[in-house]
Amino acid sequence: MTQIPDQAAQTATAQDIDQYLKIHEHKDLLRFITCGSVDDGKSTLIGRLLYESKMLFEDQLATLEADSKKIGTQGGALDFALLVDGLAAEREQGITIDVAYRFFATEKRKFIVADTPGHEQYTRNMVTGASTAAVAIILIDARKGVLIQTRRHSYLVALLGIRKIVLAINKLDMVDYDQSVFEQIEEEYRAFAHQIGLDDITCIPLSALQGDNVIAPSPINTPWYHGPTLLGYLETVTVDDDAASRPFRMPVQWVNRPNLDFRGYSGRIVGGAVRPGDRLRILPAGKESTVARIVTQDGDLDLAVAGQSVTLTLNDEIDISRGDVLATIDAPPLVADQFEAHIIWMSEEPMLPGRPYLLKLGATTVAATLAAPKYQVNINTLEQLAAKTLELNEIGVCNLTVNRAIPFDPYAENRDMGGFILIDRISNTTVGAGLLNFALRRSQNIHWQAIEINKQAHAALKGQKPCVVWFTGLSGSGKSTIANLVEKQLHALGRHTYLLDGDNVRHGLNKDLGFTEADRVENIRRIAEVAKLMVDAGLIVLTSFISPFRAERRMARDILETGEFCEVFVDTPLAVAEQRDPKGLYKKARRGELKNFTGIDSPYEAPEAPEIHIDTTQLTSEAAAEQIVARLQSMGVLD
Amino acid sequence: MTTLTHLQRLEAESIDIMREAVAESENPVMLYSVGKDSSVMLHLAAKAFYPSKPPFPLLHVDTTWKFREMYAFRDEMAQKLGLDLIIHTNPEAVAMDINPFSHGSAVHTDMWKTQGLKQALDKYGFDAAFGGARRDEEKSRAKERVFSIRSAQHRWDPKKQRPELWRLYNARKNKGESIRVFPLSNWTELDIWQYIYQENIPIVPLYFAAERPVVARDGALIMVDDERMPLAPGEQPIHKSVRFRTLGCYPLTGAVESTANTLHAIIQEMLLATTSERQGRVIDNDSSGSMEKKKQEGYF
Ligand SMILES: Nc1nc2c(ncn2[C@@H]2O[C@H](COP(=O)(O)OP(=O)(O)O)[C@@H](O)[C@H]2O)c(=O)[nH]1
Repeated sequence: MTQIPDQAAQTATAQDIDQYLKIHEHKDLLRFITCGSVDDGKSTLIGRLLYESKMLFEDQLATLEADSKKIGTQGGALDFALLVDGLAAEREQGITIDVAYRFFATEKRKFIVADTPGHEQYTRNMVTGASTAAVAIILIDARKGVLIQTRRHSYLVALLGIRKIVLAINKLDMVDYDQSVFEQIEEEYRAFAHQIGLDDITCIPLSALQGDNVIAPSPINTPWYHGPTLLGYLETVTVDDDAASRPFRMPVQWVNRPNLDFRGYSGRIVGGAVRPGDRLRILPAGKESTVARIVTQDGDLDLAVAGQSVTLTLNDEIDISRGDVLATIDAPPLVADQFEAHIIWMSEEPMLPGRPYLLKLGATTVAATLAAPKYQVNINTLEQLAAKTLELNEIGVCNLTVNRAIPFDPYAENRDMGGFILIDRISNTTVGAGLLNFALRRSQNIHWQAIEINKQAHAALKGQKPCVVWFTGLSGSGKSTIANLVEKQLHALGRHTYLLDGDNVRHGLNKDLGFTEADRVENIRRIAEVAKLMVDAGLIVLTSFISPFRAERRMARDILETGEFCEVFVDTPLAVAEQRDPKGLYKKARRGELKNFTGIDSPYEAPEAPEIHIDTTQLTSEAAAEQIVARLQSMGVLD
Repeated sequence: MTTLTHLQRLEAESIDIMREAVAESENPVMLYSVGKDSSVMLHLAAKAFYPSKPPFPLLHVDTTWKFREMYAFRDEMAQKLGLDLIIHTNPEAVAMDINPFSHGSAVHTDMWKTQGLKQALDKYGFDAAFGGARRDEEKSRAKERVFSIRSAQHRWDPKKQRPELWRLYNARKNKGESIRVFPLSNWTELDIWQYIYQENIPIVPLYFAAERPVVARDGALIMVDDERMPLAPGEQPIHKSVRFRTLGCYPLTGAVESTANTLHAIIQEMLLATTSERQGRVIDNDSSGSMEKKKQEGYF
C-alpha cells in the first residue's frame, strides 16, 4: 500500500491546502458499477477501496471492528464486506438486495460506485446501476472461472451501453497466484465478450482480501502481471465523454418566467454544446430560432456543454413547453410515435401488451402501449425466445406506440434521448425501463394524410380493443348501477369508455320517441348505431337499456364485428324488481298511469345465451361489476 | 471539449433534480435545517431557478432547542433571499415541554422532529419536500433514492422504492402520498465544504472555531447556549476553542476542540479528521440500524 490518497494533506500547511483545493477543484467524476455473483468478493473489494482511500473514520472503523468480531466472516479480523451491506433486514439475511451508491475520492478523481447484487432475480438492480455508469467491473472467482452469471452481467452492461470493462479476476490467492489460471480465464472471457460487442477489456489479477493489485501492484505474488492496478485503472481510464461531441440536445424541463420580459428555457444539456447565436430547432413542432443568451446566476455563458444545467433564451417568441427538445438544426433528432425498443421489465405484475402505460423520456411523459414482444432474450444464453409477455426481470424486444409523436435519438447514440421508464397508471410505480432502438418506418415519416384513420388507428391510439357491452334487464334490475360501476373500473384501468343510458339518450337523440313498440324498436336501433360509431372511434361502449326484444339485441350484435358485442343479462325476477321499484314506475304502471311498461303490459324477452349472466339476487352490484370486468378480460373482449 | 469538474457535475445534477421536482409536483417545499447542507441546497435552489426566485417556501421544523446563532442566521437568510419561511413547532411537544434533559434524545427527536415534520407536511399539504440528506452519511442512506416515495402516513418502505435509471425520476404519486427529494444525494461531506469554499456560501458561524462555554457530558462537549441547560452542582462551563461539524439541538450536538476559524482551516481539519460527522449527533449512536428505523417511522 504505497500511496494512500490524501496522505499529502496530512502534513499540509495553509499553502498546501490552497494547492490541494485547486487540484480537487479540477478533479472529474467517474461512475462505475461492480457486478459479481454472491461471494465473488464484491463487498470485500468495495470495502477495501473505501478503506484505502481514507473514506472511513475512526468511529466507522470502530463499528466495523465490533461488527467484524460479532458477525464477520474473517475470524474477527476486519471484514470489509460489512462496510457496505446496508439495511438491517439484509444484514440478517447476509445478502445485499438493492442498489447502493458508495463514494470515494483520490487526488485524481471522485468515484461513485453503484453496488449491485448478483442474484438472478435482481436484473432490475443491475440495470439501474448500469444506467449511470461509464465503466463496469465484472468480478470473477478465479476458482470458478467464467460462469453463466458472468455472461449475464456482461450482457446487461453491454445492453446499457457500457463499453469499458474491467475483468477483476479475484481470489487469486486461492489458486496460488497461478498465471495460467488467470490467462485461461482472460482468454475465455475475451472470446465471449467479443460476441456481444465488448472489446475494451482490462483483466486484472486480484485478491480483494489480501489487497494484491487493488491499490498497489503486487510484484511478489504476481510478478508476471504488468498491467495497471484496479485503482490505477479507475483513476486514469478515459471515459469517452462523447456526450460533448454529439449533436446539441436539451430537453426543456421548466419554463422560466419571472416576469413578462423574460422567458427562459431551463434544462440539462444531454448532448453537444451550445453558444449564443446558434440556430436551434424546437421539437416536436419543428420551428426554429437562435440562442440569445445562456443565462446563469453567475453571469451569462459563452458556451455550455453536455452535463450542464442552464437556462436559454431565444430570439423569437415561440410557444415552447416542458418536454420539448431544443436541438441543433444541423442534426436534429427524429420525431416519431412508433418504435422498436428493448424492454426490461421491473414489476411483479407482468407486462400487459395493449395496456397503456406512461412513458417518461427526458422531460416528456406520454401514454404508450406495447405490442406483444417480438422475442424475449434469455440473458444467460442470449437466445431469442418466443414470448407473449414479459415477467419481472425479463428482457425483450417490443414495438411500441405512443399517443403523440416525440423527439428521440436511438439509445446507442444518446442515452438520455433514447432511454425511458414505464410507469403504471394506477399504482404510479416504475414497472419497466426501455431503450429505443429505432422508429418504425411507418411512423417516422409522419405523413398524416397518408394514413387511413380507421377503427384500427383510433383503437391503437387509445391502446385498447373497442367493443359494446350491452346490458339488458327489467326496469329496476340494477343495470345502470352495475354499468356505472363497470365503467368506473374500466376507467381506472385506463380504458376509454362511454356509457349510453336513458338519461343521456332519451333527452336528446331520442326525445322524439315514446314507448310504443315501434318507438322502442327505433330507440334501440339508434342506440345500436350510435354504439357502432363509437366503436369505430375506438371506444368501449356500455349501453344500459331494458332492450326487451331479442330481435333488436340481435340486430345490435349483427351490425358489429364478431367479438365486439358482449351481452350482459342483469337477471332480476319481476317480483323482486317490482318490490325494489326505485323510481316508483311499477306502481304507476299498475295504476295504469304508464302504458306499455315492460313486465306489466309489455313483454320482456330474456336473452337465451347472454355472454354474461348476472343473478342480482345472489350478488351485490359491486361484486357483479367485478365479475363482469373479470369475464370481459377472460373472454378477451378486454385485452 | 471541456470536461466538467466533479463539483460542476454535482451542481448540475442537483439543479436538474430540483427543477424536475418543481415541474412534477403541485406544492413543493424545501426543508431548511439551517445547517451547512441546507445552506448549499438553498444556494443551488437560487441557481436552479434564476432569474426567478425558487418557487417554493422554506420550512423549518423547529425544536426550540437549536443554537441561538442558528435562529439568527435562519431569519437573516430567509430575508436576504426574499423567500417565505414557515416555522413549525409541534404544539404537543410545546404543551408537554419536551426536552432532551427530562425526556431523552429519542423522545425529543421523535416528538419535535419526526412528529413535527409530519404535522407540518400535512398541515400545508406539501406533496414534495426537498431534504439535504446525503448518501455518504449513513449506511441506510446509501440506498435511498433521489425521489423517495412516502406513504400517506409518511412511512418509508424500502421495498416500495422505485428503481431510478439514468436521470429519469418518477415523481408520480397516489393521493396522500408524498415525495422526499434529495438533491444532494451524491455529495460527500468534503464536496460540501469544497463547494462552500468555492462559492463563498454563507454558513452559521458555529462551524468556525471560537471560544465557547462547554461542559463535558458522556464524552461529548456540549455548549451551554442558554440558561435552560441544567448544570450539576458545582459544574462550571469552561471556555474552550471549539467548533461544530454538524448542527442540531445544542444539548444533543457535540463540539470538537479546534482552532479552525477559516474555511481553509476547516477543510484541512476535515482532511485529517478521524471521526465521521455523524458522531457528533447523539441520535445515531443508539444502534447500527437506528437510522433505518427512524426513517421508516417518517424521520427525514
Ligand atoms: N481468499 C480470498 N477470499 C476472498 C477474496 N475476496 C473475498 N473473499 C471472501 O469471499 C467471501 C465473500 O466475499 P464478499 O465480499 O462478501 O462477496 P460478495 O457477495 O461478492 O459481496 C468472504 O468470506 C470474503 O472474505 C479474495 O480475494 N481472496
